[in-house]
Parts: sequence; C-alpha cells; structure tokens
Amino acid sequence: MNFTRRETLAVSGATLVATLLPLKLMASTPDLISDITGGVKASSGGIDLTAPEIAENGNTVPISVDAPGAVAITVLAAGNPTPGVAKFNFGMGSGSQSCTTRIRLAGTQDVIAVAEMADGSFSAAHQTVKVTIGGCGG
Amino acid sequence: MAKGVKPRVKVPKTAAAGETITIKTLISHKMETGRRKDGDGQVIPRSIINRFTCAFNGENVVDVNMEPAISVNPYFQFDANVPEAGEFTFTWYDDDGSVYEKKKSIKLA
Repeated sequence: MNFTRRETLAVSGATLVATLLPLKLMASTPDLISDITGGVKASSGGIDLTAPEIAENGNTVPISVDAPGAVAITVLAAGNPTPGVAKFNFGMGSGSQSCTTRIRLAGTQDVIAVAEMADGSFSAAHQTVKVTIGGCGG
Repeated sequence: MAKGVKPRVKVPKTAAAGETITIKTLISHKMETGRRKDGDGQVIPRSIINRFTCAFNGENVVDVNMEPAISVNPYFQFDANVPEAGEFTFTWYDDDGSVYEKKKSIKLA
C-alpha cells in the first residue's frame, strides 16, 4: 500500500493527536486554570472553594464555591477522565455568587474553581481531595 | 424521556422585599456518565442533565452547565434576591431533549 504525501501527513497528524490526547487528560492544575482564563494569570484571593479533605465515596463529594462579584465560576476536577465538572453563570437575580453541589471524583486529586470577575479578571482556588473509592465506574 | 425524573425545589413561601433567600433544588436522575460498562462489557451510553437554570420573573438567577462529573440526583443550593413578589422558574435540560420545569411562587412578607 503506497501513501501519497497528503495521506502520509494526514496519518502522522492523526497519530500525533492521539498521542497528545492522554497528556491533555492528565493536565496539571496550572494548565487547566490557564485553559479557562485564556492565558491570563489568575489571582488566588476572592474565591472560596469548600471541599472535604477526605471523601470516602467518590460518587458524591459535596463542594461549594463562593466568589463575591463573579459573573461565572468554573469547577474542574484535574484527575477525572474529563476534567470539566460544571460552570455556574450568575445572573442579575442572584443573591450571592455562591453555589453548593455534589460531584463525582475518580480518585485522589485536585478540585479547582476558577471565577471570572465582572471586570474580566480571574481568581482561582484549588484543594486536594483524598478519595477512598473512585466514582467514575472505570 | 428518562424514567422516574422528579424535580424537587425548596423555596421559602414568603420573603421581605430585597431579602436574599436560599434555594435548594434536587432532581432525581441517574446521570449515566457514559463511562460505565454493563455485564457484557458494553459501554452504557451517556445520559445526563446537561443544563440547569433558575429565573425569577424572567430574570436569570443562575445558569449551570453540567458535565458527567455531577453526581447522581443533581443537587444545587444557591442564593436569590427577592425584590418583589413573583415566581421562580426552574428548568432542567436532559441529554435526550426532555425539559423538566418547576415553578414556585413567593409572596412578600
């Protein structure tokens, strides 16, 4: 089977993407934060992330985020098969920029919260949660 | 439409004008992540609620984009401002296209 130049390029390109994908999944905390902020450096104050230090069951881990003055808060789990967890957009009717929910964690990892402030700046917080039983059914 | 989906919402019946109230919502939903496998090794397809919104008299309170990392029976607790009497509308959007809606009215104390 002979490859034309174009086909060779296409195959090698696809291979490259395939090898990069797992790296992307294992992205580190600073990388994930800069993905959200678009490269802008996030400050560390102004956002509270409350998560348990030890979660026995990764299927339901209660977390809450609070960032006064934020328009949106993105929550990420660095060690999950897909890092995205949720994005909270706060409207005019919200009484405070905070929310509590329950998330799934695949294993011991960093939970990250990035708040986008009304003036376009970003704040980030992260906390390590120890998980005894993973919650992603792998 | 997924079976057994039941939205539940806790909103105070009355509030003072301008008061900030706490709302709790829970919807029973299996939130299948698309990563689990059944007994035969077949992947169970993803089926989650991917968006939740709450609005008061048409004004957005909170709008949440959800990923499979949200736990089964998604629960949210958040604060809302009540400037006047009115109605809260809660809406959940399912992956399969279903939309679940619940309304709660609140009076001024």
